Amino acid sequence: MKTPKTQARVVISPAGAEQNGTRVSEGNISALYREFAGDYPKFFKMDSLCKLGFIGAELLLRDIDPVTREEAAIILFNRNGSLVTDRNYSRTITDDNYFPSPALFVYTLANIVTGEIAIRHKIYGETSFYVLDEPDFGLIEQIASEAFLTSSPSLILTGWVDYNNDSDYLADLRLITV
Amino acid sequence: MIAAVADNILSPIGLTADENIEAILAGRSALRLHEGLFGLPEPFFGSVFDRTALADIFRTEAGEPGTLTLFEQLCILSAGRAIASCRLDAASPDTIFILSTTKGNVACLADNPDDSRCYLAGSAERITRHFGNPNRPLVVSNACISGVSAQIAAVRELMAGRARHAVIIGADLLSRFIVSGFQSFKALSTERCLPYDSKRTGLNLGEAAGTLILAKCDSAPEDMWLYAAGSAHNDANHISGPSRTGEGSFRVLRDILRSGVAPEEIAFVNAHGTATAYNDEMESIAIERAGLDTVPVNGLKGIFGHTLGAAGVIETILSMHAADRGLVLPTVGFSEQGTSRRLDISAQPRHTERRCFIKILSGFGGSNAGISYRKGGAQ
Repeated sequence: MKTPKTQARVVISPAGAEQNGTRVSEGNISALYREFAGDYPKFFKMDSLCKLGFIGAELLLRDIDPVTREEAAIILFNRNGSLVTDRNYSRTITDDNYFPSPALFVYTLANIVTGEIAIRHKIYGETSFYVLDEPDFGLIEQIASEAFLTSSPSLILTGWVDYNNDSDYLADLRLITV
Repeated sequence: MIAAVADNILSPIGLTADENIEAILAGRSALRLHEGLFGLPEPFFGSVFDRTALADIFRTEAGEPGTLTLFEQLCILSAGRAIASCRLDAASPDTIFILSTTKGNVACLADNPDDSRCYLAGSAERITRHFGNPNRPLVVSNACISGVSAQIAAVRELMAGRARHAVIIGADLLSRFIVSGFQSFKALSTERCLPYDSKRTGLNLGEAAGTLILAKCDSAPEDMWLYAAGSAHNDANHISGPSRTGEGSFRVLRDILRSGVAPEEIAFVNAHGTATAYNDEMESIAIERAGLDTVPVNGLKGIFGHTLGAAGVIETILSMHAADRGLVLPTVGFSEQGTSRRLDISAQPRHTERRCFIKILSGFGGSNAGISYRKGGAQ
């Protein structure tokens, strides 16, 4: 296995978005959508975790050609899983107010963010989601790079994507190639 | 090479892999109608543990549970049995733990939305701490394909030399949360599910835990199952429905065949077979496109229901044990082809001399995964 290299990095937090160390916006998630995407109505159906990952992928993949994208892998990590949406869904199934919604339930799986990115960018490679207790980027890049041991993705979109609330979220995503 | 050195399956019909195989061959299943369970307004058809019995077994085998949840006890029981059977040093830094689950302790949210036990990494930590293991556990949360994703993750970590042994635990317990969600999707059958059958109306949910221990070996042990190939692909199509062309699943099968698994050596493809209209149809297309429509196909959801994070682990283990007995396990619930592409499916157990199989899964998020094992000395 050749040594994997980090090709690009995007960081999104309540302070805005940074690309390869340069601040590109100070907007929140909705503002970033208007600034960097704006043409994808499905965005508004997504939960916050998916929106966060979606924006990160928009920034990272905009210069990647469709042929390369098709064979890319998406391997993401976080701490909260889909807990914010789990809590929202849980509130819809109490005895007093029982009204479970399939549109909400589908987002009670953390890996849906990998699927949303795959659909948007026509990525047919591996999509994987892992939960760790903290963002250990050494371990994250190691686990993601190990995908090259059993498969041949054109590149790997990996990193941390974790949403807790509107003032506590972080996407720290990278593109890795060999 | 990577070998399977030990396993365990805990299900409502058996507490070892062998007990589960015997139960299948005796025609047993715990699938039945549950009315009022979890306080649900609608009944559901599923396979559920006797929780009191499970807690009693835990006390006998592992001691007082303390603050461990029933989900964590289930994982520890299953892993403990597999670890004991191969005398693995679970506390060694050369052993890693990988937990495959979709929802872990999500049932705790009902009483307290801020219950810290809902963090999956915390659950995995409590499980590994029970065995005195010093490594940070990895949790695979990849919806219905988690059990195969976890095996692929383990294979990679072993290949990369990060450990000598990987303990892969797949488990999920049903709850009001999970059952209500599947009911809201109209994905559940109100009767026993009928995989690949023309009269299928949806899936059954089930509970189980399985543990598979993989090890890095320097030579090929003849009596063990060896990892042959693994692959994962997204459909890039829809977050809650499979691709109509079976794209992701087809690519998974194509990768496995390209990495040297030959159709003539495959005893069977153990497919997902949830018994929903879309999943089974999609799989028939993917299997035909891959040129595997003459290879026996089976599905086990008509016995265990869809056991979510456990499915990929227990169905892989059952496939190993069945092939060891020269058997293709029956697809219980199937009677008449109900997919547009004809597959070689049978409701009866069949004989096989072949010593290689493929396990495939598909799930929410457009995810698909597959893994193939071959018996040592079989090639």
